[in-house]
Amino acid sequence: MKRRNFIAGAGLASLAAGLGVEIVYGSLLPEGVVPLVLQDPDPFKLFDKDTQMVVLNERPWNMEAQAHLLDDKVTPGRVMFIRNNGLIPQDIDPSKWVLEIKGEAVKKPKTYTLQDLKTNFKAHTYQLTLECGGNGRSEFNPPAKGNQWTVGAVSCANWTGLRLRDLLKDVGISEKAVYIGYHGADIHLSGDAAKEPISRGVPLEKAMQDETLLAYQMNGKDIPLAHGFPLRLVAGGWPASASGKWLNGLSIRDRVHDGAKMGGSSYRVPCETVAPGEKVAPEDMCIIESMPVKSLITYPKSGARIKEGRRLIIRGHAWSGEQRVSKMQYSIDFGSSWKSCSLEDPVNRLAWQHFSASIDFPKKGYYEVWARATNDKGESQPMVLPGWNPKGYLNNACHRIAIKVV
Amino acid sequence: MSASPEKFKRAVRQLQSLTLLFVAVILLLCAFLVGVLVNPKMLRFEASTEPYVEVEADEEYDRIENGIHLRTGFVEGEGLMAVVNNCTNCHSAQLVTQNRMSRKRWEATIRWMQETQNLWDLGTNEPLILDYLSTYYAPQEEGRRPNLVIEEWYDLED
Repeated sequence: MKRRNFIAGAGLASLAAGLGVEIVYGSLLPEGVVPLVLQDPDPFKLFDKDTQMVVLNERPWNMEAQAHLLDDKVTPGRVMFIRNNGLIPQDIDPSKWVLEIKGEAVKKPKTYTLQDLKTNFKAHTYQLTLECGGNGRSEFNPPAKGNQWTVGAVSCANWTGLRLRDLLKDVGISEKAVYIGYHGADIHLSGDAAKEPISRGVPLEKAMQDETLLAYQMNGKDIPLAHGFPLRLVAGGWPASASGKWLNGLSIRDRVHDGAKMGGSSYRVPCETVAPGEKVAPEDMCIIESMPVKSLITYPKSGARIKEGRRLIIRGHAWSGEQRVSKMQYSIDFGSSWKSCSLEDPVNRLAWQHFSASIDFPKKGYYEVWARATNDKGESQPMVLPGWNPKGYLNNACHRIAIKVV
Repeated sequence: MSASPEKFKRAVRQLQSLTLLFVAVILLLCAFLVGVLVNPKMLRFEASTEPYVEVEADEEYDRIENGIHLRTGFVEGEGLMAVVNNCTNCHSAQLVTQNRMSRKRWEATIRWMQETQNLWDLGTNEPLILDYLSTYYAPQEEGRRPNLVIEEWYDLED
């Protein structure tokens, strides 16, 4: 609805300006008809993405990186995955943007302009790992419903903003507060204005962490539109769906937030493990919180041929939700033996850690390099798929790349 | 054969008025065209504020090539158009084509969309849609981890 209004209200001149070309016979376009170029845009240009990004869904937009695109230590916007549940809001005027704080556990509802948030609160910057809860879904068997993410729905960019904790202190919340629910300006796919595409959140303890931000910058610039411009809740280490985009409201709840995609099988897994394909009652499902230990080989790209006798440098990142990765290993013999990688400390809590190794192959042949991270609780990545769950979340099986020594 | 001068004069007058009428029509037409050029909106029937429904006259619109419905990527099969017409209004076809489910789970997905996402009653199309989905987008048996697929091997130099 809003999108239509925006297009209708925008006028052809501004449309043309946005397109960079004049719409010849534009004035003959019947009212309400969107030029084809805007209906079916090139998503790589539209979102300024690397053309090797993979589009999983055009409505809503869902796009993932490939492992080798994520080689940067700090993820640039060009290779950051997009996971949208609704339609991107199009009529954003940051000078009129308002964040509304409400809910059972707020002493008095309060609103802040974007300017208030930028000027009245101290800014903090953290590099934060955001991984889609469904990253790796494509491997589950029986197949799990939803966008079939492979490995590329993860990022670790720098986020700048105020601490949610500082805002909650300024608002004044009651002792009843247990959960913070977010609200965004995105539009439900059905166009129903009464429906929110997604409204999730985090428990109060997560909200009170140093690193939980209301961010207005990503990598030192305004947040790109597809990633939540002009304001985003960022809760690193948790399913990225907890980090609400286009943030225009927070509900301070006296119970677990019950917004869209908080219940059913959304971002929840069986509280007790189940056999693959088993039906699970809604009351037996638990909300995903900290993401599991995982790693990704970002160099070289899978499918490399190297000459016999040459060493192969591998590198990548490892992360583990709220935990820290303490050990990183690789195997070139399908998990029979493991060797250590060198592993860097995170730049801050909830940031991914970089690893590298130099591999010597014994003879010619086909190899798979497997990478396995272990966190400070002693939890390692499994070599096969972890526990099946109805929506195919939390696949943290070892990443593998193929190498031929010739 | 001598035509009376009266008759001749009448014929001339008729011819004159016809020519005048012709010139007038041309002039009016020119004025109208100039008007359209200056303000194309004058052609629009503003009384109708109904949202414009796009009707594709193009026969290519629903073209099928190599068993694939080009516009959506759906596999050709009985029930294809019922699926296109009912399942691509809110979300893209890709959300369907990238998934594999049994008939029971496709049905559960439809119920979920009806209960929470404003999907309408599919009526007599429902069995048709379910047959189509559970035939062409059924689960395939896979192991606990599939083989790595390499589209193109490349030489890694220093």
